[in-house]
Amino acid sequence: MWRFVVGRLLQAIPVILAVITVTFFLVRIAPGGPFDSEKAVIPEVKAALEAQYRLDLPLGQQYLAYLGDLAQGELGPSFKYPGRSVNELIAAGLPATAELGAYALLVAVVLGGLAGVVASLKPNSAQDYIPMSVAMIGICMPTFLLGPLLVLLFGIHLEWLPVAGWGDIPGDKILPSLTLGAAYAAYIARLSRAGMLEVMSQDYIRTARAKGLPEWQVVTRHALRGGLIPVVAFLGPAFAGLLAGSFVVETIFQIPGLGRFYVQAAFNRDYTMILGTTVFLSTLIVLFNLLSDILAAWLNPRLRAQYGEA
Amino acid sequence: MTAANLTSVAQAEQGTSLWKDAWRRLRKNRLALFGLAVLTAFILIALLTPWLAPYAYDSQNLDLGASPPSAEHWLGTDIFGRDLLTQIMYGGRISLAVGFVATAVALVIGVTWGAVAGYVGGRVDAVMMRLVDILYALPFMIFIVLLMVVFGRNLLLLFLAIGAVEWLTMARIMRGQVQSLRQQEFVEAAVSLGLSPATIVRRHLVPNALGPIIVYTTLTIPSVMLLEAFLSFLGLGVQPPATSWGLLISYGAETMEEYPWLLIFPGAALTLTLFALNFLGDGLRDALDVRGSGD
Repeated sequence: MWRFVVGRLLQAIPVILAVITVTFFLVRIAPGGPFDSEKAVIPEVKAALEAQYRLDLPLGQQYLAYLGDLAQGELGPSFKYPGRSVNELIAAGLPATAELGAYALLVAVVLGGLAGVVASLKPNSAQDYIPMSVAMIGICMPTFLLGPLLVLLFGIHLEWLPVAGWGDIPGDKILPSLTLGAAYAAYIARLSRAGMLEVMSQDYIRTARAKGLPEWQVVTRHALRGGLIPVVAFLGPAFAGLLAGSFVVETIFQIPGLGRFYVQAAFNRDYTMILGTTVFLSTLIVLFNLLSDILAAWLNPRLRAQYGEA
Repeated sequence: MTAANLTSVAQAEQGTSLWKDAWRRLRKNRLALFGLAVLTAFILIALLTPWLAPYAYDSQNLDLGASPPSAEHWLGTDIFGRDLLTQIMYGGRISLAVGFVATAVALVIGVTWGAVAGYVGGRVDAVMMRLVDILYALPFMIFIVLLMVVFGRNLLLLFLAIGAVEWLTMARIMRGQVQSLRQQEFVEAAVSLGLSPATIVRRHLVPNALGPIIVYTTLTIPSVMLLEAFLSFLGLGVQPPATSWGLLISYGAETMEEYPWLLIFPGAALTLTLFALNFLGDGLRDALDVRGSGD
């Protein structure tokens, strides 16, 4: 198991380095300098600004200096918000985004997992068709359409829930979490149904039934573990999707999170902010992929045997 | 072996029967047929929009403002008094074009890459597929946002950026197909006839791998369209005066409280298309008997 974990960790390093390098040079070759504005800037001021942001150095040195900063956990200053660093902006936005993501993931795993398992217990019955049809709608309905529609229905017509905000009014976290989690609940429902169907036809399930376990115990104690491996493996890619989805959801519900900062930085052409956030989010995604792979491997007895116990 | 498989074996001796057989199986799948019908209709409408649209793209009636659906404007008008049906038809042209063109880009890169890696094998294969593995791990959604920011919001770049992301799975599928096909006698025969590798890949390997390619292509188009709509919704994709379904949904979301039809109709157009493509893709997978590696 440790060999597997260490191997995966070593694989993640070139990926993260590639992300940093590609992002850095993409941002640098972007047309238009950050201080090219309509107003003519006094040359001395411009030179001082460029020195502050190290733009006067050759590109190679800028890159190495940036790597040095990153090694110390320093993501650099923001172009547009003078005096604030990317670290501060991330620290301001991360809590809301992390909370939103966690609730959405909870919605996805609980609703999706439940629907999938329920559907798999009686395949090709109403108990199967109804949740799976709803899941198909969830997959085809984009987040940026579902969000406004939910707001229209529950926020404006029924007036049950607040239409925007985060942590200001009780209940204002429900709609954003549902919106973000819905598509992933749908995917997880499909995955867990397929996973459970496969597991339920295995010999060890027949053994469990033969020794007289009640059906609910067969499911909870024997089938779930194997049946949910595809779901766990999906969590890594899902995390990347959730982050991207949070760009939209935070915009719709006016949540002061990282996603909204990122989109604003994109509009403002705040290059250091984009660079810093991209590096941060990408690293997070790579690490989460790693975690989900390790977890899936740990759940899978065949893989565990292959790499030896701990 | 099921009855369907047996008939396909029996018919295989008649040449083109794989496709006939697949079509027969597809015809039994109502959802897939519905998807095919919707898709065909939407494509025809998109192609004929300049002649079919009830109003000119740039015509507006500012005095009218946003009006609900009526006899003159079947789907109502937006806040500038522009006919919504016309907007959706022109927007659909762009959304569908992005879907098809970006998928075509992905198809060409992916199939070529996978075929070369699978056919040449050895160290070339190892290097090429390792690169695919690394690219797979990159968070592309964020990269596309970055690309759109850095290079301005240009439609051609959008095609390329999305296509460049979506080719990876295609390459993996193609490589797997080619690896299993190249062991077979007809490829050996082609080699011994002295055909060049490029000809063998083009004439013998790609046609035999068409089933999985078609299925995966059908499932790539909706994910590409979703990506375009996502970017346009954020204001980073298609730019006015051009429009797309994603952009129309984003306008509709801003004014949905007063004018809900501006959100609902473009949303319905996009969702219906995505439904149609997903059903068709699932149907084709069953009809062509492809074990998907996509999910």
